Amino acid sequence: MGLLSSSVSVARYRVDGKIEDNVMETIHAGLKQNAITTIEDEYAEITIGWTPFESNFNPDFETFTFTFGDFFLFSLRIDKKSLPAKIIQKHVSIEIGKKLKEEGRQFLSKNEKIEIKENVTDKLMRQIPSTPNIYDVLWSHEAQRVLFFSTQKAANEELETLFTKSFKLRLIKLFPFTIIESSDKFSDEERDAVLKLAPANVNRGKVIGDDL
Amino acid sequence: MYDISVSYNKYKFLGNEFLTWLWYLIENDINIKKMAEAQLAQAQIECNSIVFEIGNCIALENSLGDDSIEKISIKGDDAGLEEGKTALKKGAVVTDMNLVLRVDDNEWRFNLKGESLELTSLKTPVTGKITGEDDTEGAVLEKVFLYNMVFEVIDILFYIFIKKRASNEWKTVDISEIQEWVEE
Repeated sequence: MGLLSSSVSVARYRVDGKIEDNVMETIHAGLKQNAITTIEDEYAEITIGWTPFESNFNPDFETFTFTFGDFFLFSLRIDKKSLPAKIIQKHVSIEIGKKLKEEGRQFLSKNEKIEIKENVTDKLMRQIPSTPNIYDVLWSHEAQRVLFFSTQKAANEELETLFTKSFKLRLIKLFPFTIIESSDKFSDEERDAVLKLAPANVNRGKVIGDDL
Repeated sequence: MYDISVSYNKYKFLGNEFLTWLWYLIENDINIKKMAEAQLAQAQIECNSIVFEIGNCIALENSLGDDSIEKISIKGDDAGLEEGKTALKKGAVVTDMNLVLRVDDNEWRFNLKGESLELTSLKTPVTGKITGEDDTEGAVLEKVFLYNMVFEVIDILFYIFIKKRASNEWKTVDISEIQEWVEE
């Protein structure tokens, strides 16, 4: 889902730390080194990497920019092969039938069936193309904030891993606790008071915060 | 310092309670702009009005005390929220709500999830169409401004809620006002 789409889902992150020197060069290098590969690996079930915001299928960070005003904007591309279970089932069944006929047998052992299934899955995986999924990443280096345009758990996990690998900076997801923890608007006393809060009493007739 | 997943689960109730409080503000026509005046000025947000409305969906949860959870969903453009209020009387909290935010003439629509404060199905005010390559940067920056605005407003309100929630006045003033509304 893209930043310019009419409807988006957004997860927010705080970047733990800042790049101190040669910011542009460091980020450019991190993007280039971890750009998605243009040659599809037929054995890989999943391929992950960066691609320019304006060029999702040509990961060329020399031609396409990653700076937009004061922001860095690029995309995370996850190419994944997914094989429906029913297709595997069909081809396994065909292979089992073939083997039984060739060898004049009535049954196959459990291990033989597992081996056939593995071979069939492997063969089919190499034949099918991967499906690309593209998620935009908006990074405000100054504010140490990242907007990631997906709330899917798997995509968020891939972002966190690749971001750390590429830029040597950790992403901390923002949710109630981390928003409070990372905000400079709260005093230490207020933070301590928040840490001691407990959920609303579940007894009937109670309302939020009526916990003490 | 808690582990991230531990702190997520331990304090997700704050997000749910925040949504419940937001509903209270909306239903009682509390002037959000006035309430958040200082924070808006600090964030350099200049506007004449900030209005929230409940959109077309609200979800509540009530822990029944024996590890079971009662879930209530109200959907529809003109759905009545009476069942939601009944659930609140039983001790439920809002876990997810569709909201409409209007800042002057601009309108945002989105679902806000309590436990994560993530925004889904976010629609910003209409922006200019991209007609050429040169328009891309302008379009991006316009969208970024609009995304930042909605997060800024939500963060300001969350900040006000947390300040209240952790204060002594919460138990003496705010709770009784919320309770009065729930019992209406």
